[in-house]
Amino acid sequence: MSKATSNGQQLWNKVPKANAELFALTYGALVTEVVRDADENLATVNEKLEKIGYSIGIRCVDEFLAKSNSPYCKTLAETAEVLGKTAFRMFLGIVVDVVQHSPSSFSLNFQDNPLSLFVELPENYKELEYSILYCGVIRGALEMLNYKVDCQFVKSPLKGDDTHEIKVDVKQVMSDGAGEDYQEE
Amino acid sequence: MNRQPANILDRPLRASRAGDTMVSMSSFAYLYSELVQYHQNRVDSISELERRLESSGYGVGLKMLELLAYRSREYKREIRLMNALQFVSTTVWKSLFGKPADSLERSIDHADEYMIVDYEPLTSTFVSVPSDFGQLSVDAYMSGIIAGVLSGAGFSARVTAHSVQLEEGEHSTAPPSQFNSTNLPPRTEKAVFLVKFSPEVLERDAGMDR
Repeated sequence: MSKATSNGQQLWNKVPKANAELFALTYGALVTEVVRDADENLATVNEKLEKIGYSIGIRCVDEFLAKSNSPYCKTLAETAEVLGKTAFRMFLGIVVDVVQHSPSSFSLNFQDNPLSLFVELPENYKELEYSILYCGVIRGALEMLNYKVDCQFVKSPLKGDDTHEIKVDVKQVMSDGAGEDYQEE
Repeated sequence: MNRQPANILDRPLRASRAGDTMVSMSSFAYLYSELVQYHQNRVDSISELERRLESSGYGVGLKMLELLAYRSREYKREIRLMNALQFVSTTVWKSLFGKPADSLERSIDHADEYMIVDYEPLTSTFVSVPSDFGQLSVDAYMSGIIAGVLSGAGFSARVTAHSVQLEEGEHSTAPPSQFNSTNLPPRTEKAVFLVKFSPEVLERDAGMDR
């Protein structure tokens, strides 16, 4: 078992828990609300849900770094490993497989999805990316770690696949420090 | 060939045991905070925010009732008012929050009002209400759930959430249970869910006594 995996397991045993069904139903309530407000324009809904995830991501990365005691990651591969094996385990209790495609892209594969515990998409909602929240969370969290990423669901059981796959592509690695506007003359 | 995933209706409704289907409490807190923010950006007043949180919870309540009814092996339905309230404050509470509600009381002044008290409601665990938000109780979502369960069971009621200042020594914090060690300072407020039943519900219940 890799370090990231065992660390994830330990953290999962330690963190306070809440019922996953309440979690799933609460997310369902939120999605319903967004769908209603967006007049069923599914592209808008996806965008909004992703933004909601983003705002979770930029905050939950702090909690993760504070609690997880994860080693410093030198490469994207290590970051991906910690993200999938430790962070997903700690927050959601699920087991995620991390697949590296190239130095700048990787996939997260998993079976259990706490967000879509009771979900089946109606025929005319197939364009809805129900669990796109994860993409926003990952984008937000990695942005705080200086990675600008593109993140999307490639596979989802809600659309007939047998597993979930989230693909993450790194677009840009930002440099540390204040932006150019703030540099001293 | 691609294996077709089991239709959601064919999947078993796993009974939720502690530790079986759980997520971390902070995940729930993040999600809930987004729900509150989402509503907050779309309302003009505190009471409207509470109404919208309640309406979000209402659907959850209906679904919880259905879920628990399928899982119960007794195949019975509560038809008496007290039993329905007991069901909410114990069975529903336990399955949602991992513990029963702290107390269930009948109002002294009004025969149609009952109170469910929780000293550590999950939804306001990580919330501090700014002073300019007045009497906002973010547990309104939970009151919506209660209303949903009760209405689904045929007891239509108006349920409101109130944060009430704890009195000196009222609730000596029990040692935190395994799942709830949040390292937070003790609460100074408790949540009181005021359940006000519709007249016809009370009439029907009184009729059953005869």
